[in-house]
Amino acid sequence: MKDRVLEKLSKKFKTSILAVEEFAANPKLYATDLVVTVKKSDLISICEFLCSDAELRFDSLRDLMGIDQYLPEDRYEVVYNIYSLRNNFRLFLKVKVDEHDLKVPTVVGIWPAANWLEREAYDMYGLVFEGHPDLRRIYMPEEFEYFPLRKEFPLMGIPGSLPLPKK
Amino acid sequence: MSLSARSQGSPDKILKALEDQDTTLTFEDALENEMVLNMGPQHPATHGVLRLLIRLDGETILGCVPDLGYLHRGYEKLAENMNYHEYITHTDRLDYLSPLANNVAYVLAVEKLCGIEAPPRAQYIRVICAELARLASHLVWMGTMAMDVGALTVLLWGFREREKIQDIWDILTGVRFTTSFTRVGGIAHDMTDEAVAATKAFIDQLPDKLEEVEKLLLRNRIFIRRCEGVGCVSREQAIAMGMTGPILRASGVDHDLRRDQPYLVYRELDFEIPVHPDGDSLARFYVRMEEMKESVRIIRQALEKLPSGPVRANDPKRVLPLKERVYSKMEELINDFMLINFGINPPAGECYHAIEGSKGELGFYIVSRGEGRPWRLKIRAPSFCNLQALPIMLKGGMVSDVVAVIGSVDPVMGEADK
Repeated sequence: MKDRVLEKLSKKFKTSILAVEEFAANPKLYATDLVVTVKKSDLISICEFLCSDAELRFDSLRDLMGIDQYLPEDRYEVVYNIYSLRNNFRLFLKVKVDEHDLKVPTVVGIWPAANWLEREAYDMYGLVFEGHPDLRRIYMPEEFEYFPLRKEFPLMGIPGSLPLPKK
Repeated sequence: MSLSARSQGSPDKILKALEDQDTTLTFEDALENEMVLNMGPQHPATHGVLRLLIRLDGETILGCVPDLGYLHRGYEKLAENMNYHEYITHTDRLDYLSPLANNVAYVLAVEKLCGIEAPPRAQYIRVICAELARLASHLVWMGTMAMDVGALTVLLWGFREREKIQDIWDILTGVRFTTSFTRVGGIAHDMTDEAVAATKAFIDQLPDKLEEVEKLLLRNRIFIRRCEGVGCVSREQAIAMGMTGPILRASGVDHDLRRDQPYLVYRELDFEIPVHPDGDSLARFYVRMEEMKESVRIIRQALEKLPSGPVRANDPKRVLPLKERVYSKMEELINDFMLINFGINPPAGECYHAIEGSKGELGFYIVSRGEGRPWRLKIRAPSFCNLQALPIMLKGGMVSDVVAVIGSVDPVMGEADK
């Protein structure tokens, strides 16, 4: 299935695939995870293709997460964990996001499950999902000023950043 | 804060006011408009600190906005600041109704990252642990869901059975709730004959007890009428909303990671995946009840096949040595010291491992830079994604069904809020 996904993807989106990674510390014991890094500008068309293609049918978005790599360029990454119920196959799509341009196109139109997951990534990293219907914080209070999973945010929190409710 | 404000056509204003502060709004013409009802976070029927804002027209629900975060403890941030072994204790506190399953899921992800595997005996014991956790979680669900629709007896029966599981955990792991039983590359200590006997005795009597519950509920007209056709989710909606676990199977999707992407020794065990096409609260009841019977089957087979042998993998750079040997052997003492102080250093890379937990797909995505601590750890919490479908289930229903639907979704806020 892995080869088929890569074949179909590279046939249609040859220029938008930046990298294909398969991490395996011990491929004898565990199946590898396929992580495909794509260009941010082509994310929506790739997702639409993967979701609607009759053979692949990646119809379920299982998870979406931000990663702070703390690098001078392409500091953030967004990983889409998508699953094909028809083929029992899991694929990870990854886009890189630069610190100076935190915008990522939303995939809520393709997988409605992305709604809360994108809110979570926004809450934790400040990634702005363009076109999201309701981009509010989900865990932290709305008036909180920081993004707690960024690497510069201290583990102990920032004193005074979470005021107690008024009496 | 129980608030019932009748608006003059601006529910947004009420929502805003509710977001801003605890307040009670009053409006002048009370009879004309829709009502916004705040439920929770301190409400006994929400099973934790879930808060719902519900917009009502009379008794009909027009819309619902869940509000999360009241139990947010930042477990993903904590994970980045501690080594792989230390984090095992924190996984207990995610889905606190099935801590053993969380322990298993986390160490499986770390083992995949390191490329090691636990010995067969440990794997069988982990299967027993995960299924016992599923039983414990489903028993609580059974009791609370029945209580939510008015059948209090089942709550007492469910908790009575769960108490027996907790006694088994006490023998098996040494504690009743926060078990922290697994270790990277194995489990904390071997399953004693006493624990095997206790588990066997428990699963022998459980099917009869479940039958009693079914007799009590499924011939009860009140229970059926309160669950049938309530909180419906279609197959397509369930897939699109990323739902997993029993509530996905209750919408007619035949998907279970134990069979579809097998881990541990599930390949060698024989079990069925119960699926029900209706997608309502009653379907979820059927699916979970059948699942409990399958769990009993799995545990019985695992106990029969339980091989003898070590319970920790032989990999001194990654796997903690057994405590007895640490106290008597020099080499093990050094390895233990190194592992505790500097942690295991898995190779740089990222991997994901998911198990079929009691609520759905419980997965951990770990990004490693080859250091003793994970660079990033993402918890794929099933309750979080399942709760997202709650507005779909509630829309168009009656306000009295809210509680029954939450009960049938069975969210655990420790997991949804991380």
